[in-house]
Amino acid sequence: MTMKKFIVFIAITSIFVLSLVLCVNAEPFKVAFIMPSTVNDFAWSQSMYDALMTIQEEMGEDEFQFDYSESMFIVADAAAAIRDYASEGYNLIIAHGSQYGSSLVEIAPDFPNTSFAWGSTANVFTDQGITNIFAYEPLAEQGGFVNGVLAAKLSQSGVFGVIGPIETGDAKHYTEGFKAGIESINPDAKINVTWIGSYSDVALASEAAQTHMDAGADVLTGTSQMVVGAIGVAEQRGAYWFGYDVDQSSLAPQHVVSSVDVIWAVALRPMIEMIKKGEMGGKIFTLNLENGGLKIVVNDEALVGKTINDIIQGKIMLR
Amino acid sequence: MEAVIVGIIKSAIRLATPYLYASIGETLGQLSGVLNLGVDGVMLMGAFSAFYTVVRTGNLVFGLLAAIIVGATFGLLIAFINVTLKAEQGISGIGIYIFGLGLSSLLFSVLIGTVQTVKGFAPLPVPWLSGIPVLGEIFFQQNILVYGAFLLVPLSWFVIYKTPIGLSIRAVGQHPEAADSLGVNIVKIRYLTVITGGILSGIAGASLSIALLNVFQQNLTNGMGFIAVALVYFGAWKPQTVLTGALLFSTVNAIQIWIQVKGINIPSDFTLMLPYIVTIIVLTAMAKRHVRPPKALNKPFERGE
Repeated sequence: MTMKKFIVFIAITSIFVLSLVLCVNAEPFKVAFIMPSTVNDFAWSQSMYDALMTIQEEMGEDEFQFDYSESMFIVADAAAAIRDYASEGYNLIIAHGSQYGSSLVEIAPDFPNTSFAWGSTANVFTDQGITNIFAYEPLAEQGGFVNGVLAAKLSQSGVFGVIGPIETGDAKHYTEGFKAGIESINPDAKINVTWIGSYSDVALASEAAQTHMDAGADVLTGTSQMVVGAIGVAEQRGAYWFGYDVDQSSLAPQHVVSSVDVIWAVALRPMIEMIKKGEMGGKIFTLNLENGGLKIVVNDEALVGKTINDIIQGKIMLR
Repeated sequence: MEAVIVGIIKSAIRLATPYLYASIGETLGQLSGVLNLGVDGVMLMGAFSAFYTVVRTGNLVFGLLAAIIVGATFGLLIAFINVTLKAEQGISGIGIYIFGLGLSSLLFSVLIGTVQTVKGFAPLPVPWLSGIPVLGEIFFQQNILVYGAFLLVPLSWFVIYKTPIGLSIRAVGQHPEAADSLGVNIVKIRYLTVITGGILSGIAGASLSIALLNVFQQNLTNGMGFIAVALVYFGAWKPQTVLTGALLFSTVNAIQIWIQVKGINIPSDFTLMLPYIVTIIVLTAMAKRHVRPPKALNKPFERGE
């Protein structure tokens, strides 16, 4: 009788515990994503949005959910949003921009049960005693170098145009890599670099592309969401375009030769695993060609088109 | 060197185009006494509606018409708020800007979703004139909306200074009471100028999305509408000086791009400031001209019975 009671007790207890465990597991991993532009900017913010979508597909919607705030270019607005998300109990808050670091230093210590991530940077503030901030950083120069090598092979004029936003961070590293890539093939190349002073001035980026082409460039590249105007110019006037952040070939299939696709999921997957194990921060995730965090997406259509054109125009003689 | 100068002038002409439409539209409204700070919002709505129409129909004329209709609708709304409801014009303009920015972003997300390009107005060489060496290349191989912007300057000058309606517009902005006593319908004139301003802002947006950039993105104008309002003050409410201001600002911008392309060793942070520095210097130098804004600017009309 006592034995029977004990078995029943154990059975009920284990069902209770099991259901409790199931309940805990049923609670999805929740991410909040704060970005300076929009999820369809064809650049910086979209690449992170794509990564979150990928992870949601992998883990399932019951296991992984995310919310986002767009157009948080003003740091004060972003800081308010970060604090709101943190008080609502999100597991991970991604502040996607190097301008958000100082806000995280202010906010993160108030929410020790929440993890924060930001980039591109290699600073996790452990020196200030903060333990719940992650950082992520693509080695943009690697992608830039590959693009540069391809660009040098394609260019006939030997003049190249770079349309960068602001001379800092990924844009600067990408540009340096692109230049080094070209110079590894063609040391005499003329590489003209313009900075627009903005991430969003589509009209000025477009005019910079026009100017590069007036100066003889037949290959253009650039970073940030404003380059869509420059890609338009490349298409209209027949230059080749090399992209960064996401695969930009759909904008000008005949002219976008390759894009450096930043696969943020490579940083997010181990980050989420760490948080689930209770490690809340302190690690820097690097994205490079080796770990698949950078992917070179070559658009065959542009290369095939060029080859066919060269044959037709007699630049390639086959007989 | 010749290539550089030709390049600078061509760039300046393209860059000035949206400013000309928007600034001349704003000039008309301000001359009649209505300040509209919402130009940028209306430009965004014009840019989006033109772009969306071209994506859907492939027809550039329909796209331009869509921008005109949406611009006119916004003009009507602005006139209703400022003229009929007599709202504080500075505040309501900011409201219109945020409304246009938000609505164009929302519609873009919902109706298009991702950045794409369209085939916009192609360069349209003017017969004979485009063949002139150098000058032909600079001035007569542009697209039709660029020609339109520059033709708008003499046209608006003529309307403002040489027609009865222009006289009424200026009278309404300077001495509404006197104009009213002479039988000028102040409400009608202000509706007319503000709606025309809306249409021109809409076309300014379309000149970006279906002629110069051939793409739409959230906040495509990036604050151009505010510079357009500043150009009206710079231009002292005259189309010809608005043109000077637009060309000065655009030329310095074109020069700064060339400075960077040519690798002249000046930090980009400094070259990027040049258009603004030059504009401020010129404004300061011109401050002695004693130019006054229209007396009734920013003042709703109350008839003293």
